[in-house]
Amino acid sequence: MYVEMKHINKTFDGFQASRDVSFGVEKGHLAALLGPSGSGKTTILRMIAGLDRPDEGDILIDGKRVNDLPGSKRGIGFVFQNYALFRYMTVADNIAFGLEVQKKRKGEIKSRVEELLELISMKDLGKRFPHQLSGGQRQRVAFARALAPNPQLLLLDEPFAAIDAKVRRELRTWLREMIGRVGVTSIFVTHDQEEAMEVADQVILTNLGRVEQVGTPEEICLSPQTDFVREFIDAKRFEALMGIEKEEA
Amino acid sequence: MKKEEDLEKNINPDAVGDGIHSIQKVIEPPKHASRPIVKYILIAVSALFLLVMLVIPLIVALVNALGDGWAAYKEAVLDEYTLKALALTLLATVSAVLVNTVFGMFAAYLLSKFYFRGRQALATLIDIPFSISPVIAGLVFILTFGNIGWMGDFLKAHDIKIVFAVPGVILATIFVTFPFVFRELFPVMNAQGNDEEEAAALMGAGGFTIFRRITFPHIKWALLYGVILCTARAMGEFGAVSVISGHLRGKTNTLPLHVEILYNEFNTTAAFAASSILVILAALVLIARNIVEWKRK
Repeated sequence: MYVEMKHINKTFDGFQASRDVSFGVEKGHLAALLGPSGSGKTTILRMIAGLDRPDEGDILIDGKRVNDLPGSKRGIGFVFQNYALFRYMTVADNIAFGLEVQKKRKGEIKSRVEELLELISMKDLGKRFPHQLSGGQRQRVAFARALAPNPQLLLLDEPFAAIDAKVRRELRTWLREMIGRVGVTSIFVTHDQEEAMEVADQVILTNLGRVEQVGTPEEICLSPQTDFVREFIDAKRFEALMGIEKEEA
Repeated sequence: MKKEEDLEKNINPDAVGDGIHSIQKVIEPPKHASRPIVKYILIAVSALFLLVMLVIPLIVALVNALGDGWAAYKEAVLDEYTLKALALTLLATVSAVLVNTVFGMFAAYLLSKFYFRGRQALATLIDIPFSISPVIAGLVFILTFGNIGWMGDFLKAHDIKIVFAVPGVILATIFVTFPFVFRELFPVMNAQGNDEEEAAALMGAGGFTIFRRITFPHIKWALLYGVILCTARAMGEFGAVSVISGHLRGKTNTLPLHVEILYNEFNTTAAFAASSILVILAALVLIARNIVEWKRK
């Protein structure tokens, strides 16, 4: 297991956001934290990133307990829900920021930024500012910025929420492909089961701060283990989805 | 440069000028809002009001200042005590601006980026100088630092003089102006949220780098605007300073106090001449303010 959560509890001002959360994500896998809003999935992601601290339990990354390690030392990249691009910096400066604070050499930074701009097909847009980009472009920049320092683990908080439905599907495929190509272990948060089922290797289904079930999309859909999972998963929609994929194959 | 201007336009309009000065954010009315008669009556009333309250008094001040001729004006302005008062006013203003800028930035950062018990209470406390009469503020300082005051014995023992001395004047000025920078920064920082800072921190940026590269570019116009308002208020402060200064001519007299003394001595020309310095300073601040407001949009 590359990432492991062991019996995590977390309470905010009397609200218990995580209740005995345990799961693992294997190296190179793309996992989805799926659940209705308020189910505690973002809290889990933020704890892995070191943005919030668990009250109890252990977080392990690559076998090491990281509870006391600041987020910047955990080897992670984080894509925020609204991307949190630095609005007063160009696209290229956004991507370069993580490398600059690591005091990398100028030439090295420059070539890495160019490489990433190429990867997200925005080679000519490096001098633009975030507000001059479309939603999809912003997401791609956020993705490139998170990847710039070569993280071992990529965390994405609702990566498609701020994008309109039409482009969402396209971006989903794009992101899946990119993560596959880079080969980075990734965890993303979503409330959209279709998104989770279609993109992820592994789904962690959460409800009311608890982990309801962990498994591949097929396992979760075909053998739901709790009433909540049964209700939450729309089996028909899943079959239709799988049907489409079969036809495509 | 052009890009920077473009950027300024992109600032969330709700995030700008939302402090106590939101009245300056004039909303453009619909074109056919009301009948023309109403419009002209309102214009006439406003113009009359401005004429009586602002324009005529200003003209009177200038006419009086120059009433005894240019030479008398020059002499009054270059009078030793007037220049000393001007120097003290500038000293108090610069001190107040420096202290309140640092303090206001810390306070706005704390209250907009962290959540803790008593956050609201602290924000209210910072506003106290807006609601308290400056005279009372001056009295409070006398009761705290004066001879009969709470800290009086301690200060006497260490030979520190605050009341009826320059430190008191500066303290009073700081007190009266301390919400300005905070009030301008807070809404802007609050609207920005934490995400950009969190993102930078996750990449390993230290506190100072985050402030310099993420927070500061976002708040610089609001900060400058706050500084300008603070300057204007500090230069004109009368009440608090009047109580705590003891009116020692050439020592603790600021320009507004000096004007009052001259006037009470029936030295009208000198009084108005000294006032005209304040008017010129105020005009400069006003111009600066308008430039900043225009840049910010």
